[in-house]
Amino acid sequence: MTAKIAYGDVEVGTELPAQSFPVTRATLVRYAGASGDFNPIHWNERFAVEVGLPNVIAHGMFTMAEAIRVVTDWTGDPGAVVEYGVRFTRPVVVPNDDKGAVIEVSAKVAALLEDNRVRVDLLATSGGDKVLGMSRAVVQLG
Amino acid sequence: MALDQSFVGRTYPPTEPYEVGREKIREFAEAVGDDNPAYTDPDAAKALGHPEVIAPPTFAFAITFRAAGIVIRDPRLGLDYDRVVHGDQRFAYTRPVRAGDRLSVVSTIESIKSLAGNDVVTVRGEVHDETGGHVVTAWTKLVARAAEGA
Repeated sequence: MTAKIAYGDVEVGTELPAQSFPVTRATLVRYAGASGDFNPIHWNERFAVEVGLPNVIAHGMFTMAEAIRVVTDWTGDPGAVVEYGVRFTRPVVVPNDDKGAVIEVSAKVAALLEDNRVRVDLLATSGGDKVLGMSRAVVQLG
Repeated sequence: MALDQSFVGRTYPPTEPYEVGREKIREFAEAVGDDNPAYTDPDAAKALGHPEVIAPPTFAFAITFRAAGIVIRDPRLGLDYDRVVHGDQRFAYTRPVRAGDRLSVVSTIESIKSLAGNDVVTVRGEVHDETGGHVVTAWTKLVARAAEGA
């Protein structure tokens, strides 16, 4: 593994470049196909409302996949991620318009660990709601 | 009704191997809008020390969740599948999943809890390659919401 960030160059509090990820209905249809998760709450508004949701919601695993890009874009090598975990706290609601929703992700180094590893804590929000909780990754730096 | 605690620790037989293809990885990376060349260009992956293109970190979920289906639908456990939502997800990697892997999953019920009328089941999926080497372990916490009026 060859992360482009050196352990010696980071400290607790170092911020990773934040990113915004747009999500539309087309994004969700595409993710459903690629992931094999065809639960209709992610593409069928009538069904989503029937089961008590405000509208179609993004796959939690889609949000999880987007959030870690802040880390993998930082390290360059996605293989540098040695642990990654999240809690799904609020759904990302995706309206049927030309805008959809946006997932905003920021992250910072929360702890320096042994063997040139660091713990990165992530914050993911959409429409002002925190959509992931306890969102952290352990990353192998160079 | 609370789930049977005697299922904690129960392990299910290994799944038939899932063969990871380059084009499936490309499709997944495109679906999450990620243009990291390690996912699509074997030379870029090699430059990072990987023998083949690798998959994004959450790709493994498609394989482990399919495997967890045996647990979720085990009629002896009796989880109300229609009321299940995904609570937490965690991965611990020995190495990234890569094209050409033939991956098999062993699922184990790690814990069963009852919280405010909800059944909370954590399934651990251990993923090994064709040589028996460990690739990734996935922990999936599923919450079966209490039935209304129950």
